[in-house]
Amino acid sequence: MDIAQNILLTIMTAATPLLIAAIGELVVERSGVLNLGVEGMMVIGAVCGFAATILTGSPWLGMLAAIAAGAVASLLFGVLTLSLAANQVATGLSLTLLGLGLSGMIGESFVGSAGIKLASLDIPVLSDIPLIGRLIFGQDPIFYLSLILTGGVAWFLFRTRAGLTLRAIGDNHASAHALGINVLKIRYLAVMFGGACAGLAGAHLSLVYTPQWVENMTAGRGWIALALVVFASWRPWRVLGGAYLFGAVSIGQLHAQALGFGIPSQFLSALPYVATIVVLVIISRDRRLTLMNTPASLGQPFVPDR
Amino acid sequence: MRKIVFALAATLAVTAVTSALAEDKYKACFIYVGSKTDGGWTQAHEVGREYAQEKLGDKVETVALENVPEGPDAERAIERFARSGCGIIFTTSFGFMDPTLAVAAKFPDVKFEHATGYKTAPNVTTYNSRFYEGRYIIGQIAGKMSKTGVAGYIASFPIPEVVMGINGFLHGARSVNPDFKLKVVWVNSWFDAGKEADAAKALIDQGVDIITQHTDSTGPMQVAEERGIKAFGQAFDQIKAGPTAQLTAIEDTWGPYYEKQIQAAMDGTWQGGQSSWDGLKDGILSMAPYTNMPDDVKAMAEATEAAIIDGSLHPFTGPINKQDGSVWLKEGETADDGTLLGMNFYIEGVDDKLPQ
Repeated sequence: MDIAQNILLTIMTAATPLLIAAIGELVVERSGVLNLGVEGMMVIGAVCGFAATILTGSPWLGMLAAIAAGAVASLLFGVLTLSLAANQVATGLSLTLLGLGLSGMIGESFVGSAGIKLASLDIPVLSDIPLIGRLIFGQDPIFYLSLILTGGVAWFLFRTRAGLTLRAIGDNHASAHALGINVLKIRYLAVMFGGACAGLAGAHLSLVYTPQWVENMTAGRGWIALALVVFASWRPWRVLGGAYLFGAVSIGQLHAQALGFGIPSQFLSALPYVATIVVLVIISRDRRLTLMNTPASLGQPFVPDR
Repeated sequence: MRKIVFALAATLAVTAVTSALAEDKYKACFIYVGSKTDGGWTQAHEVGREYAQEKLGDKVETVALENVPEGPDAERAIERFARSGCGIIFTTSFGFMDPTLAVAAKFPDVKFEHATGYKTAPNVTTYNSRFYEGRYIIGQIAGKMSKTGVAGYIASFPIPEVVMGINGFLHGARSVNPDFKLKVVWVNSWFDAGKEADAAKALIDQGVDIITQHTDSTGPMQVAEERGIKAFGQAFDQIKAGPTAQLTAIEDTWGPYYEKQIQAAMDGTWQGGQSSWDGLKDGILSMAPYTNMPDDVKAMAEATEAAIIDGSLHPFTGPINKQDGSVWLKEGETADDGTLLGMNFYIEGVDDKLPQ
């Protein structure tokens, strides 16, 4: 039975960075901004989190450093696309390229350093309950944070006035502006929240998932997070479902290989992507509802004085 | 106007001086597929370059270009090097094979060295390392150390190089434990620490107690350390990632080869059209210290290493059957290099279907 618990734990670990990065990007996109730099911010978060952990000896400080680094990187994106109204797609892509290069430079002297793992929760008795003990009471802090983030974002977006404002900006920034809402200020905050989340997702990689720094260690996870947001039609709980589904199929296919079923491994490797897309497309097959959820101003620059 | 002319003249003079300075040195250039600090394959080449630079000193200038993707981009990068006065160019990834040959045809006076490929030309030589010798040794260690008799192998892509490694490992393990089994997981990537770690966890959950890998990150080593099982390092000594987990590592040591070839190129004794495939005895491959194992296992590994070095043992010596049970090598027969370099079948005992 321990095997089942181990497998579930592995799935959750694999899904957590995707979930966190995607939840952050969801808020950004809900405010009408498309930041394709998730991969770049994530990898900057990973390297800064790792470096700060090594320098201070505390993975908690490392985690905070990663969050800050992600937010700072996103601020750069914000200045270019919001204040200077640069093209969001091009700027986001450049941010990814910048992040991959910059992180390699920052991390050069940390390659091969032994990492410090952010300790998992360990509550006596509770963590030892068979089957579910470690799943509920014995995971890493970032895992719990990811669930709190998902719930918090869902509540914020759909249950609070500030969330309504943010969504209104994403749907029609001109009208929101006419109503006297400070569009750029709220977009800045959303973009920085997205950056902080991407940084935290990076910290999960370099402090929990595989506590080490290697160049380009995000290995495309930022792009998967971006895709999850779109396929989950900008709904937080669907993003969670998508991330866990992706994690489950990724881990499941490795087990299928180890069991030696003889299914071609190239097909199995593609399976997480195929399965996630298929399921999320089926959920969002109602075109009307999808359109309703799509932020109508997504990717359009907003210049207040026009 | 006079100012401009003066500025132009000054620039020309500076350019002339710098290029004259540069021409005093022999230029050796390196193309890498990954980053210099990847902690694996490319870093091993970078260490080799530094070694050659240090040994050859002022006579030579070495230059490296990292993160060059395989494919058409590679051809541009190699050609740029060829134009910029490189005397010898090392292209250090399998996927650079055709681009290297294409550029070599255009620059007959430049010397080219391609790692792990099989195509040569009058000015292209290939070089490779007999990694399977190391795989055989770690296989033997696994055979002795495993309690469950099942090891897990994290593999990248089904190319002959990787298949040869899997077979070498299993044959080594079976030489000490004839019932040894091997589970193989393909991650279809050379470098994805997270995915490699997931593969290691999946294998461990299914009962393997030793893992080895033909991918480049230390992810699996960390998982082994965390779960308290044993593992082998890849391309680089990974003892830092697994102080109590690493049994040994197969280390790539390209330095002496680079020194020798650059020296030959400077002396005019370099030869094209060669294929060099060196192993443990030539020092292009070495074993990291044997750790975390009982003395008898260590002694066995050392004896095997010595036997491979003095030539008395060829890792692929029959009898070896193919996976389907048909005979590949008869008693006492050894595998020829051609078969090894094109290896596209498993030997008996691999619990996996080879992706085609």
